[in-house]
Amino acid sequence: MTAAAGTEQYLRRHTGSSGRSRLVRYLRVDSWGALVLPLLLFLLFVFVVPLVVMLQRSFTDPSVGLANYRAIFASSLYVRVLGNTFMISLMVTAVTLLLAYPYAYLMTIARPKWRMFMLGLVLVPFWTSILVRSFALILLLRDTGVLNTTAQDLGVIDGPITLIRTMQGVVFGMVQIALPFAVLPIYATMRTIDRRLLAAAEGMGDRPAGAFWRVFVPLSLPGVAAGGLLTFIQALGYYITPALLGGPKNTMIGELIVQQVSTVLRFGFAAALATMLLVTTMLLLALASKFLNLEKMLMGRS
Amino acid sequence: MTRILTRASLVLLAVLIGIYLLLPILVVVPMSLNNSSFLSFPPKDVSLRWYHNLIDDPTWLQSALSSLEVAALSALLAVVLGTLAALALVRGKLPFRGGITAVLLAPLIVPYVIVGLSAYIMFLRLGLTQTTLGFVLVHTSLAVPYVLINVSSGLVAVDRRLEMAAMNLGASPVQAFFRITLPMILPSVLAGALFAFIISWDEVVVAIFLAGPDLTTLPVKMWSGIRVQIDPTVAAVSSLALVVILLTFGLVGLTRLLQRIISRRATAALTKTGA
Amino acid sequence: MPDTSRNDHSLAGAPIRIEEVRKVYGDNVVLDDVSLDIEAGEFLTLLGASGSGKSTLLNIIAGFIRSDGGRVQVDDRDLTSVPPHKRGLGMVFQHYALFPHMSVAENVGFALKRQKVRKEDVRRRVGEALEMVEMGDLGARRPADLSGGQQQRVALARAIVFRPRVLLMDEPLGALDKMLREQLQLELRRLHREMGITFVFVTHDQDEAITMSDRIALLREGQIVQVGSPSQLYDEPSCRYAAEFIGVSNLFSGSVQGGAFVDTVNARQYRLPDRFDAAGGLLMVRPERLGVTALGAAAPPTSCDVVEGTVIDCVYLGSDRSVHVRTDGGDELVSRTPVPRAPDGIATGARVNAFWEVRDARIFA
Repeated sequence: MTAAAGTEQYLRRHTGSSGRSRLVRYLRVDSWGALVLPLLLFLLFVFVVPLVVMLQRSFTDPSVGLANYRAIFASSLYVRVLGNTFMISLMVTAVTLLLAYPYAYLMTIARPKWRMFMLGLVLVPFWTSILVRSFALILLLRDTGVLNTTAQDLGVIDGPITLIRTMQGVVFGMVQIALPFAVLPIYATMRTIDRRLLAAAEGMGDRPAGAFWRVFVPLSLPGVAAGGLLTFIQALGYYITPALLGGPKNTMIGELIVQQVSTVLRFGFAAALATMLLVTTMLLLALASKFLNLEKMLMGRS
Repeated sequence: MTRILTRASLVLLAVLIGIYLLLPILVVVPMSLNNSSFLSFPPKDVSLRWYHNLIDDPTWLQSALSSLEVAALSALLAVVLGTLAALALVRGKLPFRGGITAVLLAPLIVPYVIVGLSAYIMFLRLGLTQTTLGFVLVHTSLAVPYVLINVSSGLVAVDRRLEMAAMNLGASPVQAFFRITLPMILPSVLAGALFAFIISWDEVVVAIFLAGPDLTTLPVKMWSGIRVQIDPTVAAVSSLALVVILLTFGLVGLTRLLQRIISRRATAALTKTGA
Repeated sequence: MPDTSRNDHSLAGAPIRIEEVRKVYGDNVVLDDVSLDIEAGEFLTLLGASGSGKSTLLNIIAGFIRSDGGRVQVDDRDLTSVPPHKRGLGMVFQHYALFPHMSVAENVGFALKRQKVRKEDVRRRVGEALEMVEMGDLGARRPADLSGGQQQRVALARAIVFRPRVLLMDEPLGALDKMLREQLQLELRRLHREMGITFVFVTHDQDEAITMSDRIALLREGQIVQVGSPSQLYDEPSCRYAAEFIGVSNLFSGSVQGGAFVDTVNARQYRLPDRFDAAGGLLMVRPERLGVTALGAAAPPTSCDVVEGTVIDCVYLGSDRSVHVRTDGGDELVSRTPVPRAPDGIATGARVNAFWEVRDARIFA
């Protein structure tokens, strides 16, 4: 509409998105923009400064240098924890994607009412305490838990099977928490795929299944990549679930950090572990942002 | 034929995933009504033993109250800071917009173990561990991105011409904001507040670092009730927690409905007598 | 602030004086020292294409855009540095900008509440304003429950309820279908007559401007091309842009030489009307002033100038018929005649004389 020009200019001026070339102009903040300062300062002092202090501590406590980082790689125990963390996160990501993909696909073809229901279901873990869910899983999976006793009562098994304090237990628990982070981006991508492309492929003589694999799947891959990366990044830092459902052999880096602080008070060492985790997370995120619009993904949802 | 089979297996898979997501928390409720301290399944006698236990033990109530206080204050602070920042991001002219946004959303990404450790190191020096203030500060920073996301998306949807119209009709810019924009983004603000409250109320990892004999939140208390040896009281607490979440959602839905009905009535009354 | 104690609708409108108003965005000059006097109580339309600056000018009058130079006076009061909410000008926004969370009555009463008018008076005046736009019984509705036309009326009621002496309108009918547009155009004129206040109306639609306005200011690239009554703009366009923006025009290029206009394309000479621009390079004849007659038929009167051509199309338009002619020099002309007076024997391919009364020609740059 033509006469909107004046109004648009007003809006543009007041939303500050017009391109300014000169630095001085660039640095100017209007009175709306100034409203970000309270939060920015708050996060700077409460969030950023502690991280910097922690970082610094990893190089200075107990002595200045790289001793803490050397200690991590000097001990086979700690290296195994790093390996565990990586392996478990990979497994969690794989299982999560395997479940999330068909689930998201069903969401795209389901009727709106069912789609909302499925969305609500996958968001349940968002809204119920991680403790409640972990606790419930313990009640289900332990030797005297629901699954084992029921199976025994039915005569399926003779004695209890160990489900808890194992790698499978950890993965089983973590996948629950990770599902929404995978389902949402995959679903968001699938929703934008033009279904007529499939019809077109079939029209050109492809079998339905062939059309699905050759057209739909490739187009949905960006969503899978986004979901997978988010899941993996999240999994690296999990603490509660592995601590409750995993055994001593499945220790992950999060548990090691807490352990080092709470039992042996090795702050510098814990800080070094945390720094490694933080840097890894950031690197993966930087990698992810190369081909995903993370800000849009985060700000655009809900 | 194959298509129907594929559909059927997809639906079956979705049902299984649904059970996987829901069943565990549904198990908790019958378990909490168990008389046995081993929480056997199915429960042999139904009893409210663990609920009595919960009421009789003042430390549970104390930690719940602490959690409530921390969550309410964190939600309040997060809503104020987050709404202001959302206004700045959506409407303001900002240098380094991308960088600033990244900092504001960082708490979503940084693992809670790291947040907990760094806050612990810092707060030990400042004497803020085991204090309400300490909890509120960290929980606010964790909750604020959710407010920011909610309010921003609400704000983007508000047509700036509405504020211009209000000013044209004699409202000052401040009045225009409070009379027009704020009412329109209120649902987003409330949703953000709800998110913020629940983030704080459920938060356990950072809380484990900051809690101690002087101040313990409910999740930490539950944590210690599961960690070493299972305290069946946790089943009762978990059940209550589920009920609280359900009630919160019901309440949010109800207030929206009421709001709509009341405002309809009010305007109807206003114009009936007028015209 | 307008006088709110009087309750008749014949409050005089306020005059508006726009003096050398300038607006620049970066290197883009949106308004280039625009000056315009709008008389008290007149219906003035700012007409122009997209990017002509008309909407910017309106927003500068309303106070939403700060000009980079010049002044805006309403009623001899300098408003240049007065914020929008203290200007007391009524405004109807594009897409209405009704407050979605308020009822129709609350929308209309918004300005009165800001002025701390007594509750009973608010109710009465909201009722009156809604009556004026024939929306008397819809006060309890929400904007979302109204049709486009109804929303438009509410926006209008909201803008006039506080009796401003000036009403600004930014493409208010842009989003409506043709029938509704025409109906509301008539209603706006009626409202203008009844209220007697100054209307400043922005549109890109020339028909709308001609139908409604007392005067039209035609804008192009931040400058006013011509100001005048609709008939002045139509009959005496000041330049090619004005001639082509408003209505259809037949143009011949050439120059004034001696006592005649020399048409270089068709290699002909035309006589000059009483008034003409001696430096003009264009001669214009409006379609309804252009006659067409078959070559063998009766010759046009001697008071007419003539150019020969071939009919390339005849279009039946209901009330009129238009004949499209290509001259031998290659110019395309349109003649438009009411059907009852349309000449016979003219069909596509026919050789014709196109002719016009010398006094109907216009010559400009």
